[in-house]
Amino acid sequence: MELAFSAEELGFRDEVRAFIAENLPPSATANGGRWPHWSKDDIVTWQRILNKKGWAVPHWPEEHGGTNWSAVQRYIFLEELLLAPTPEPLSFNVNMVGPVLCAFGNEAQKDFFLPKLRNLDLWFCQGFSEPGAGSDLASLRTSAVPDGDDYIVNGQKIWTSMAHRADWIFALVRTDPNAPKRQMGISFLLIDMTSPGVTVRGIKTIDDAHHVNEVFFDNVRVPISNRIGEENKGWDYAKFLLGNERTGIARVGLSRERLNRAKRLAEKLPAFNGALADDPQFRRKCATIEMQLKSLEITVMRVLDRQRRRNDSTPDPATSVLKMRGAEIQQSTAELLADVAGPMVAPTDAVRAAYEGDFPTELEETLGIIPHYFNSRAATIYGGSNEIQRNIIAKAVLGL
Amino acid sequence: MDFELSNEQQLLKDSVDRLIADRYELRTRGKILESDAGWSREIWSTLADLGLLGLPFSNEDGGFGGGPVEQMIIQEAFGRGLLVEPYLATVILGGSAIALAASAERRAEILGGVAEGQRLLAFAHGERLSRYRLRQVETTARRVGGDGWVLDGEKTTVIHGGPADTLIVSARTSGGKDDEGGISLFVVPANTAGVTVRAYPTFDGMRGADITFASVALASDALLGEADEAYPVIEHVEQHGIAAVAAESVGLMQAALDMSVEYLKTRTQFGRPIGEFQVLQHRAADMYVAVEEARSIAIHAAMMVGEADPVARRQAMATAKAQIGVSAREVGQSGVQLHGGIGITEEYAIGHYFKRLSMIERQFGDVEHHMALLASLETPG
Repeated sequence: MELAFSAEELGFRDEVRAFIAENLPPSATANGGRWPHWSKDDIVTWQRILNKKGWAVPHWPEEHGGTNWSAVQRYIFLEELLLAPTPEPLSFNVNMVGPVLCAFGNEAQKDFFLPKLRNLDLWFCQGFSEPGAGSDLASLRTSAVPDGDDYIVNGQKIWTSMAHRADWIFALVRTDPNAPKRQMGISFLLIDMTSPGVTVRGIKTIDDAHHVNEVFFDNVRVPISNRIGEENKGWDYAKFLLGNERTGIARVGLSRERLNRAKRLAEKLPAFNGALADDPQFRRKCATIEMQLKSLEITVMRVLDRQRRRNDSTPDPATSVLKMRGAEIQQSTAELLADVAGPMVAPTDAVRAAYEGDFPTELEETLGIIPHYFNSRAATIYGGSNEIQRNIIAKAVLGL
Repeated sequence: MDFELSNEQQLLKDSVDRLIADRYELRTRGKILESDAGWSREIWSTLADLGLLGLPFSNEDGGFGGGPVEQMIIQEAFGRGLLVEPYLATVILGGSAIALAASAERRAEILGGVAEGQRLLAFAHGERLSRYRLRQVETTARRVGGDGWVLDGEKTTVIHGGPADTLIVSARTSGGKDDEGGISLFVVPANTAGVTVRAYPTFDGMRGADITFASVALASDALLGEADEAYPVIEHVEQHGIAAVAAESVGLMQAALDMSVEYLKTRTQFGRPIGEFQVLQHRAADMYVAVEEARSIAIHAAMMVGEADPVARRQAMATAKAQIGVSAREVGQSGVQLHGGIGITEEYAIGHYFKRLSMIERQFGDVEHHMALLASLETPG
């Protein structure tokens, strides 16, 4: 056991940091004083810069563009991106469908999709949840019925993040309604969003924004060649996807960046007595979050280290700890920021837009805080709610 | 960074685990507790034979040059076994005070004796009114003539102060009662005239002592390190204590979790094992998360306890002790709750783990104390 970062690891961190400083486009940092709020263009541009460097998909197999970095290097890399902050690599492409294709796709699928996933030439979204299948995902009903070389897909997905930006969707569909277990009749399909019969309808969320959508499939023809792996084995691939590379889900860097932002802002604002930054209660809140982040950070590295040793692709149920605590800390940092900003959080986007230009620059960091606070409530709901994570720990770790 | 144990570390872990499993069952421990001393000389010699009493000391000082990871491994095993021998007092607290502040000659003499199992130390620092404030020292040492000291005052809840033959005592040699400057450390043989030791059992099965010093005459060489400059040493000794109880807590908490989960699987109510109830599953899952956080932070504590920069070390050790306190409370209380009525009986193991965790929460600063310390250190973002 060696507990300190090695000189090589520290050198690697400096290398990543320097690369970001030199290559992050000004457009992505233009609103750097505020909440990261990147356009599709920012995200695509940054992904292509990483791809050119060979850093687009560090954890993929080397023959498909992976870097063969150690677990610690991967951790350092991701945290540096979040701390900078840069646009985050599109999780649907690099953490979800990409690894599934690498593991279960056929050669033609790999050749066609993997380079486009790496370079973000194709933007994927995730079609798992349905109106009647949330935490109970296996009850999904969107159907795919073979017809010649195609499936005919009918049904509805919901909470589909970024479907309005996406070119393709990877979806779980029911191919055998009579399977003895619900999990056994599901297949994993890649569907072109421009196919006739696909309709996307946005859902406005409480942060006054458009992240998520409903996606409707009305007799959509999907070539059977777009199915990943075997028919009716989709549940296995979905489980692989959900357990794969979940260490990134802790998002320690994102929370740390928010905490730093809160501290900077607190220096400019008053408390009941003195500056907020000097208020014992405020400092105590910061210290609590930092303690939690330190525990989480080391837990992430322990899980990564174990994954490297296990050398297989089955999910480690301990990653549920990372999802649970990571989400809770994301929420507490968003909450802290909102508490620091105080009444400055109230104006809506429209009001802020009107002020743009003559807003006091020292308070720019108050802009956009409350939408992120509202949106942060979703962190303990999506990707397996924290209650589902507790179920996983109870069953898979504790054997209850 | 690498979390895997080396072959040597794995061997050490296996041998300590075996010792605890074979020779330290709860019933055996119960018999040890009932004995007059409250701990076992026999176990102590075994620890000496295994090289564990000299583990952290350098080879020149008569030890085995073990590092923080080795220390963590054995503390965790001690926690799992609820070991009551005076290891923390002698090896960790007394031993680190000597290792940090004594001359080479004295280190070899005292630590060599500790490693062989011949000497027992105690770190007599806390006082009735000092609570967690390390700099608050009202015991005094006055210089007399040109070559000696006179010690007056009282130290309370000195861990394993009873059996110790050598006390390391803090005393104020100048300054006000809570100044960092002006504190000195003294090596005091327990049988020195004017030293009165009142020893007693503590609730967690350990032993404590209140020790009074009434005009205790000490030779000039009783002084440990520089006069008036002992505060940084005392702080570092406490940090060694934090790293040790952090690892011990991990062993305690893992055992508490394991036995609680086992109980959930075997206890039936409403016609089925109570572990089938989701509300209890979630409580157990929260315990698991708390144990994992404690395990991570104990690693952090081990990583940082030897850090040269005092501010970085202070921050790390306060972070560690605060997290350990939070986890210990969660796991200890939930463990009792999941056991139901038998959880609060003397007969069942879980209560003993809860008690030791509760004492550790209040040793070397509690959550509130370390949070206040961290808040005072907080740097702008």
